[in-house]
Amino acid sequence: MNLHDLVNELIFDAKGGAFASSSIGLFLPELMICLTICLLLLIRVMDNQRRISMFWVALVGAGAALVLAGPHRLLVDIVDTEAYIHGSLQSIHRVEIFTGMLVVDRFTVMMRSLLLISVLIFLVMTRLSGIPDKQDSADIYTLVLGATLGMFLMVSANHLLMIFLAIEMASVPSYVLAGMLKGRRTGSEAALKYAIYGAGTAGVMLYGISLVCGLVGSAHLPTMATLLAEQLPTFESGELMVLSLGGLMLGVGLAFKLSAVPFHFWCPDVFHGACAEVNSFLSVTSKAAALALLVRVAIGFGMVPPEGFQAGEDWTTGRVAAVVHQEIDEGALFAIEDKHNTAGAEDGSHQTMPPTGDDIRQQQIAALGPVRTFIGRLIALIAVITCTFGNLTAYGQNNIKRLLAYSTIAHAGYMMMAIPALMELAGVDPAGAEQAIAGLLIYIIVYVFMNMGAFAVVAFIRNMTGSEEISDYRGLIKSSPGIAICFTLMLFSLVGLPPLAGFIGKFAIFASLAEGFTTTGQGYLMALLLFGGVNTALSLFYYLRVVKVMILEDPPDPLPLPLPLGQSGGGRFVLLLSIPTALLMLAWEPVSNCATSAALFLVQQLPL
Amino acid sequence: MATLLLSLIVFLPALGALILALCPGTVDEDQQARRNDLFRITTLVITIAVFALAIFTFFGLSETAFNSSAGEMQDVFNASWIPSFNIDYFMGIDGISFPLIMLTALISMLAMAASWSIKKHVKGYCILFLLLETGMLGVFLSLDFFLFYVFWEVMLLPMYFLIGIWGGPRREYAAIKFFLFTLVGSVLMLVAILMLYFKSDLVELAKVTNVRPNVAEAGQLDQVNADGKNGIWKDCHISSSALEKTYVELARDNKTGTHEPVHTFNLLALAAMGQHTDLFSPTWQRWAFLLLLIGFIIKVPSVPFHTWLPDAHVEAPTPISMILAGVLLKMGGYGIIRICYPICPHGGYDLAWLVCGLGVVSMVYGAFAALAQTDFKRLVAYSSVSHMGYVMLGLGVWSASSPEYITDYWAQGVTGAMFQMIGHGISSAGMFFMVGIIYDRVHHRNLKEFGGLYGKMPFYTAMAIGLFFAGLGLPGLCGFIGEVLVVFSVWNYSILLAVIAASVVILTAGYILWCLQRVYLGPEYLGPHEEELTPCSTREKSVGCILLALAILFGVFPHHTVLKFMDDTIEQQVQDLADWTENVKELPALSENLEADEGEPAPDTTPPGTPDEDATAATSGRSPPGTVALGFQQRRAPLEDAGPVTALAP
Repeated sequence: MNLHDLVNELIFDAKGGAFASSSIGLFLPELMICLTICLLLLIRVMDNQRRISMFWVALVGAGAALVLAGPHRLLVDIVDTEAYIHGSLQSIHRVEIFTGMLVVDRFTVMMRSLLLISVLIFLVMTRLSGIPDKQDSADIYTLVLGATLGMFLMVSANHLLMIFLAIEMASVPSYVLAGMLKGRRTGSEAALKYAIYGAGTAGVMLYGISLVCGLVGSAHLPTMATLLAEQLPTFESGELMVLSLGGLMLGVGLAFKLSAVPFHFWCPDVFHGACAEVNSFLSVTSKAAALALLVRVAIGFGMVPPEGFQAGEDWTTGRVAAVVHQEIDEGALFAIEDKHNTAGAEDGSHQTMPPTGDDIRQQQIAALGPVRTFIGRLIALIAVITCTFGNLTAYGQNNIKRLLAYSTIAHAGYMMMAIPALMELAGVDPAGAEQAIAGLLIYIIVYVFMNMGAFAVVAFIRNMTGSEEISDYRGLIKSSPGIAICFTLMLFSLVGLPPLAGFIGKFAIFASLAEGFTTTGQGYLMALLLFGGVNTALSLFYYLRVVKVMILEDPPDPLPLPLPLGQSGGGRFVLLLSIPTALLMLAWEPVSNCATSAALFLVQQLPL
Repeated sequence: MATLLLSLIVFLPALGALILALCPGTVDEDQQARRNDLFRITTLVITIAVFALAIFTFFGLSETAFNSSAGEMQDVFNASWIPSFNIDYFMGIDGISFPLIMLTALISMLAMAASWSIKKHVKGYCILFLLLETGMLGVFLSLDFFLFYVFWEVMLLPMYFLIGIWGGPRREYAAIKFFLFTLVGSVLMLVAILMLYFKSDLVELAKVTNVRPNVAEAGQLDQVNADGKNGIWKDCHISSSALEKTYVELARDNKTGTHEPVHTFNLLALAAMGQHTDLFSPTWQRWAFLLLLIGFIIKVPSVPFHTWLPDAHVEAPTPISMILAGVLLKMGGYGIIRICYPICPHGGYDLAWLVCGLGVVSMVYGAFAALAQTDFKRLVAYSSVSHMGYVMLGLGVWSASSPEYITDYWAQGVTGAMFQMIGHGISSAGMFFMVGIIYDRVHHRNLKEFGGLYGKMPFYTAMAIGLFFAGLGLPGLCGFIGEVLVVFSVWNYSILLAVIAASVVILTAGYILWCLQRVYLGPEYLGPHEEELTPCSTREKSVGCILLALAILFGVFPHHTVLKFMDDTIEQQVQDLADWTENVKELPALSENLEADEGEPAPDTTPPGTPDEDATAATSGRSPPGTVALGFQQRRAPLEDAGPVTALAP
């Protein structure tokens, strides 16, 4: 193939037959974020008087990206098979864009929207707490949106190199954000620690990626899965060792982003040094993206993904089109390399199976069983350790941000528990496996509100009292009862007590573990469930300690300044976030539906 | 109508709490005092309204009136709440929950009337109190396991704050201890709930209960032939969305032989599955039973999980102690009777020794511990541990006496346990109130520093002696009936346990009489603040008199006031389990015996879960109490005649 053809195909891939099916068309939310970043930078240069508020630019940009991401389609477009296959342009299909580097499917749509919603909440929070001043705001918002762009790539990554790039792209702005408060030693220390840790783990991860790629012969996740399924039975023990080593090293990078034990050390220090607003971004948005990436990697290695489309195809005319365009598919940059590397691979197209694709897929999935068991048990172990460690260590903290940092670590542990269930169910009960992902998504949705709310309270109280020590929360119930009650609700929601929203997430994850156990009989899922339960009880101690200080202990004399719930912007913001925390339980069917819809066809084959 | 009224009973307190929460606070001290009174009165009015509403619903309105001669669920409604997890908004009452609901409404009302001693943060107290009441009523009314669990946990937060803010000197310790114990228990319960949920399958239940879809096409699902054997299917009150799913899967099963399971949280359906299908294997049931049991006996509380109770009781303010002892402890017993036994009969059958043993140990331990106390409230708290032991014992006997097939004794044990819960609800609430009255005046509870109260507060002393005697179990008062029924039924199971249980009465008499002697009798008051010993106020008198009157009424007319409401339900539950025991546990064992005796293979006995009609009819091996003394052979005889094993007899 000469250069000319290659360029032609790239253009076709980017522009596509119909706009909505082209790579560019499916990449609009990311482009919108890029545009906003450019605007922010340009305005900063042009507008010397700082007359234009950067906040509004960022807000409008993120809002527009949210509209382009189109989360409403998840609820509208629930499977009606006919409509789905010959669907309208509104339907969300699994489409690999940019020659298979990224994948846009229902999960991507959901995660993009969730990330944007948390970014919007973050933006409003910074506005109300006034942490970036006029000089800084352009920098901060640029960095936040830049990190968000990286996270977008994380949630849609379909290629190992893309995973690496995305993690770096999300991390580098975060390093700077951690040191955002200039002139504070702790801030600089946090940024430095974060950067060094990040650089170290990135190196390890890159090495792991190269090992895996070299062994399997591809870096494109779906291709890797099919290749792995073929080669796995023939691997010698040495090769298996290299494969697991590569996988583990890849896991190091992910564990760093997830702040999973033993790669969590940066987390409390960074949270301590950075301001509460940035913490909320790191704790919620960044965690959500990392978990989505974990799902992608776990499914990428352990499952053969369901059949999808290639960017440039026009699926509105039906499945036939897919076959017509098959020739063009073969032009996909990495697919070609793969074909050359592994002459014995299928018909060279990793996206479109041959007619008997379904049977072959089943065989391949069965062949990947050991990989799934490996991933499942590994993540189960890490999840238990992370969760228990986070909960136990949080108890000793005196600084509220450090406490919430350990709480974040513990919650990452809970959320990771969905992956073992997913891995065990994937081979047996694909619908159940998708339900496990849905459980994770429900947890993330709930987590956005409650944890953002908790950090918002921390930020506003810091503005009032200038302190972030737990002991300075004494008497909060006297001085600002509204805030104290909202904060209490959020903390108990983090424990996972019904009727607060946190329980929904915990219930969903625990339910998928129980389903995994009853369906597959894997005892370690039951152990995981019990550990999760015990950890819930453990976590009660430290959340309750904060509540105790706020409500049960005698107030200091003089009382701190009040922060009325109804009158101040901050108060209203906290109230607004605590409403879903308190009342979501009454009707969480839409949340559940949305999550189920987003996880659809991530594991199962689209019914033909 | 039932939907509206039952929901209103549960959520009226929560609505009241919301309204109180929206009332603005004030800084003016004078105004504050008036506000506080207003808050208290509003809350009292709401609790009275809940009680009145319950009376109106279950006695007044013919449509929803409680029919005491019907054993099944009444006033049932079932609406889909979260269809994706098959969670329903499902409530109803039967003879087991009905008396407890009335008790809850009553004790909440009286406890609120006793809350005038609460001086600080009155608004917050009232809000939390009302939320607590919603949680308690919800637990007793809900029939969906998820809903039950939510209400169960809803009580935790208000209780934590009620003890932690308004409690005594060690309130923070007591509050967190209570919270932690209960949370551990409920987490274990959650694990069991999820295990049961994912094992449950409505389609299998439909199959064994002879529900056959009569469908040509998926569109005609309404033609389902739901004759359901023994009405089991109908009695489960499955929500329409779950029914729809079930019928679709049933139709598919008819065509292809396979189906997707339809899981459920419906407690009645789960119970039916536990008793009539093989969905929950015996091992599974034992584990689930154990997990649920731990969750519930923490609440009861039973040794060894009782240690939170003395602390919580001692530190809690008087009205909250009344609620704790009067209502919260009953939830454990209610959970065991409503959930553990019906859903996991294998567990109940195999672990009967555990339940009975824990019951007796709690009884003895609680009584001895009470003897050793010098703190008045702690003594009453340990007496609760001892008294709730009877509940455990009565429930445990339920299946333990099964080899003898005398369902009367099972029913007697359960009835005794239920009556004990009601009676203890009245007497212990009364006892805590009496302690509270004296504590409000002299601000100490040291038993060694009382004495001579009879002379100073005669009316109060009279009430107190009456209520303490009710706790003691004096015939003619409410404590007696439950204890005596339980001891009777235990005799049949194990004479040793019965003797121990009966002798505990001596210990009980010991600590209560000694306590009465030290506090009320004697020549003079020995402690501080003697001048504060003023006669009771009208409010205190009325609360005490109502409790005392009920204690006497329940003791003298147990049938008309309590038993008649629950007898039929208990009888039916016991009968269901007796059928199950016979078909699943006894027949296979019996046929094995016969096989061994006669040396020839026995044909397949009825598979578990599908007892044939004869067997069902024959379980009425409900011999009169006189048959206890009969030998084993004779006792087995009617069974052989009745069951399918007859065919084997030479």
